[in-house]
Amino acid sequence: MAKQQPRVDAVIVGLGWSGSIMGMELTEAGLNVLALERGADRTNEDFAYPKPADELQYGIRHTMMQKPKQSAVTIRRDLDERALPQRKLGAFLPGDGVGGAGAHWTGVLIRPTPTDLQLKSFADQAFEPGVLQDDMQIQDFGVTWDELEPHFTFFEKVCGQSGTTGNLNGEIQEGGDPFEGPRSEPYPLPALQDTQNTEMFDKAARQLGYHPFPNPSANVSRAWTNPYGMQLGPCNYCGFCSRYGCLNYSKASPQTCILNALKQRSNFAYRTHANVTRVELADDGKTATGVTYIDGDGEEVFQPADIVILASYSLNNVRLMLNSKIGKPYDPVSRTGVVGRNYAYQVGGGINMYFDDIDFNPFATAGATGRMFNDFSPGTFDSAQHGFIGGAKMHSSQASGTPIKTSLPKSAPKWGKGYKDALRENYGHHMKLSMTGSVMSYRSNMLDLDPTWKDPYGMPLLRMTFDWKENEQKLSRFMRDRLREIADVLKPDRMDEGFQLEGSHFKVTSYVSTHNVGGAAMGTDPSTSAVNRYLQSWDVHNVFVPSGSAFPQNFQANPTDLIGALTYWCAKKIREDYLKNPGPLMSV
Amino acid sequence: MSSRIHNRQRRDFLRGSLTMIPAITLGSGVSLTARAAEQAPALSDYSPLFFTSDEWAFVLAACDRLIPGEGEGPGALDTNVPVFIDRQMDAPYGHAERWYMEGPFVAGSSDLGFQYPYTPREVYQRGIALTQRWCQQHHDARFESLEADTRDQVLSALEQGEVDFAALDEEWLTSDDFFSWLLQHTKEGYLSDPIHGGNKNMAAWKMVGFPGARASFRDWVDQHDVEYPLGPVSLSGERG
Ligand SMILES: Cc1cc2nc3c(=O)[nH]c(=O)nc-3n(C[C@H](O)[C@H](O)[C@H](O)COP(=O)(O)OP(=O)(O)OC[C@H]3O[C@@H](n4cnc5c(N)ncnc54)[C@H](O)[C@@H]3O)c2cc1C
Ligand code: SF4
Repeated sequence: MAKQQPRVDAVIVGLGWSGSIMGMELTEAGLNVLALERGADRTNEDFAYPKPADELQYGIRHTMMQKPKQSAVTIRRDLDERALPQRKLGAFLPGDGVGGAGAHWTGVLIRPTPTDLQLKSFADQAFEPGVLQDDMQIQDFGVTWDELEPHFTFFEKVCGQSGTTGNLNGEIQEGGDPFEGPRSEPYPLPALQDTQNTEMFDKAARQLGYHPFPNPSANVSRAWTNPYGMQLGPCNYCGFCSRYGCLNYSKASPQTCILNALKQRSNFAYRTHANVTRVELADDGKTATGVTYIDGDGEEVFQPADIVILASYSLNNVRLMLNSKIGKPYDPVSRTGVVGRNYAYQVGGGINMYFDDIDFNPFATAGATGRMFNDFSPGTFDSAQHGFIGGAKMHSSQASGTPIKTSLPKSAPKWGKGYKDALRENYGHHMKLSMTGSVMSYRSNMLDLDPTWKDPYGMPLLRMTFDWKENEQKLSRFMRDRLREIADVLKPDRMDEGFQLEGSHFKVTSYVSTHNVGGAAMGTDPSTSAVNRYLQSWDVHNVFVPSGSAFPQNFQANPTDLIGALTYWCAKKIREDYLKNPGPLMSV
Repeated sequence: MSSRIHNRQRRDFLRGSLTMIPAITLGSGVSLTARAAEQAPALSDYSPLFFTSDEWAFVLAACDRLIPGEGEGPGALDTNVPVFIDRQMDAPYGHAERWYMEGPFVAGSSDLGFQYPYTPREVYQRGIALTQRWCQQHHDARFESLEADTRDQVLSALEQGEVDFAALDEEWLTSDDFFSWLLQHTKEGYLSDPIHGGNKNMAAWKMVGFPGARASFRDWVDQHDVEYPLGPVSLSGERG
């Protein structure tokens, strides 16, 4: 018999970005809120100088991240392959511990475009039938730009977003992204400083007629006090940002932006080393009664709650839904069911360029340092004639210059004297041209429960079925050709490239991105979405799932601005309507 | 882009001005001069915590070829890389503390990552023993007593997967896999902070021009295409 804790109004599973935002919003509404976090407690003191400046510990050994021992994912590329456990981290690096991946993220804080939110409607207008792959199952988010805009604006103030405004209330602004959706307010802070690579990229991109602008950043360029009264200090370009905790109170994270304010509220509490294994349902299966977790002593505990918020990262949210039997699991053969449907990701690619006579000083950089252009996003160019849908953010970023990760020309010897020479000659003389591309959703890119492998608590692991599809391979080829044109302008001494072209397959061993999205898509049709447009489970009305799992497909940039905005959007609906009248917020 | 000559002049100028900044302001408020680093041991004085003396002889002889001391810049032995590997194997990492090590173990595409029941410690124990058996069969000698050129050939054969571990009754581990761990750890030991046992005197950082744990470049980030003038500092306060 599980130990039982006193009831709370709302329990939040996971204390990363979404969990922290929800904590703030629901306590403000007067609820008694408890967050359960499976990892350790972590405060800014844990990131005090010089601790984070240790590439081996954080950049290579993944000290801040999810432990496969506790929660692995099994992976296969198609429905016929046998999925195998990802025994050590590689392609993606989810968080573990207070702050989640929000403590060790890079901090590129960028919005989708209005079109991205209504991609299916756009596709129906812009593409002749038959142009797109028939196994594609893209959808509208079910929420519009105008509805989300205030929430982007607020979350960006929470983070002290730094950058250059491109579209203010419909008026295009010099130096920003002319293709961005209209903002109601300018960026809170000016852009980060440019570096040598961004200067070169900017010049070449302009020469080719593109519209580059500084990467929108949650590494703050100036001192900032956010709406919660939390203070961030100006980024010192320490070079240990992406994969590291910030040593300078400069990177927006749950720690620097929310948690100290939240912890002061008497109606908020949190427990660490509390690994939630299931949401418990009432006998009729229509409401949740609370959650079961395993505490630090290995004891099973039942936590009763009136509202359950799943904020445990996209992949973990979907796994919890499946393990708790919330919603019908997706079946890729009959194409019925919704939980696990429309898993998507991000496609990357780039050209590594080496310049013997240029010193890039890659160690003097912020995580989000870079410039990008958005000339190739849905609706800004005609991708139909190239036979694909989607877009890519084209950029030259320089997230860090730590030496174990030094990029060397593919032709360089891998060891021996030649390796040492290559290291000496190329370190600090490299810059990269990159694309970060959208990934559509498909019949067989999905999540379900693994039939074989289990976690230490006896719960089935999540099984991911994912591969690169023809649409993304065509997109990659198109973007590669554009990046090659930029490289031609810049004329490096040496270069090589890597893209997911025709015939390429997903590899789990090297880093791609931690932009795992989908699997519990939001929408307005319960036969194709797991949560409604307010992120509420269609089936169990007191369960809300505000996270990247709600994306019906992925757009061409980083997900967290949208995750933050969706979380505030969901919270608003809970506060304004659900609390007064608990029940389904949309009728089936 | 500015020319090299121009860079040099600017660099000399900046070196002059930057070195006048007291060390205390270079890190975020922590004095880097206060605590001198513990002296790194001489490799010959070091007693391995994990490797047996036979295994240790292999590790030394292999690291010596993976990043040799010849030519410009330090080698793996000059920088205590074997000490790093030994200490990693003695640490939780060597025991695969964070990894998913539950069975069943099923072979599959290498794109899906390693699928065998061995911790890094076991990879070394098996990999070294198998390589030594192969060297006995093919060269009638232990790896460490081979000439440098021959050791390079053996390492290449391991790298290419041409040393047939399966023929020596090894069920899971292949020679290219063993080699890639060995090479990865060698590079990590060469380029990580000296606090982990390798990169002695930050010599590899000095060679490439990485300033280590300085982690504060607000005053430098707008100096484009100028070589950074200051040497590295380490986590324990060593300065180079
Ligand atoms: C190296 C790296 C760089 C990134 N860079 C960017 C970027 O530049 N821009 C961008 O937009 N995004 C970036 N991301 C992605 C970003 O970190 C995530 O989108 C964001 O953190 C997601 O927020 P979340 O609240 O959904 O999850 P998280 O912030 O990860 O929080 C989830 C929390 O839930 C906890 N949890 C999980 N399962 C359980 C359970 N069963 N019981 C209890 N607790 C549980 C976890 O331990 C974790 O603390 C990056 C990620 C990484 C790893
Ligand atoms: S680069 Fe800036 S924001 Fe990032 S960790 Fe360093 S000081 Fe913090």
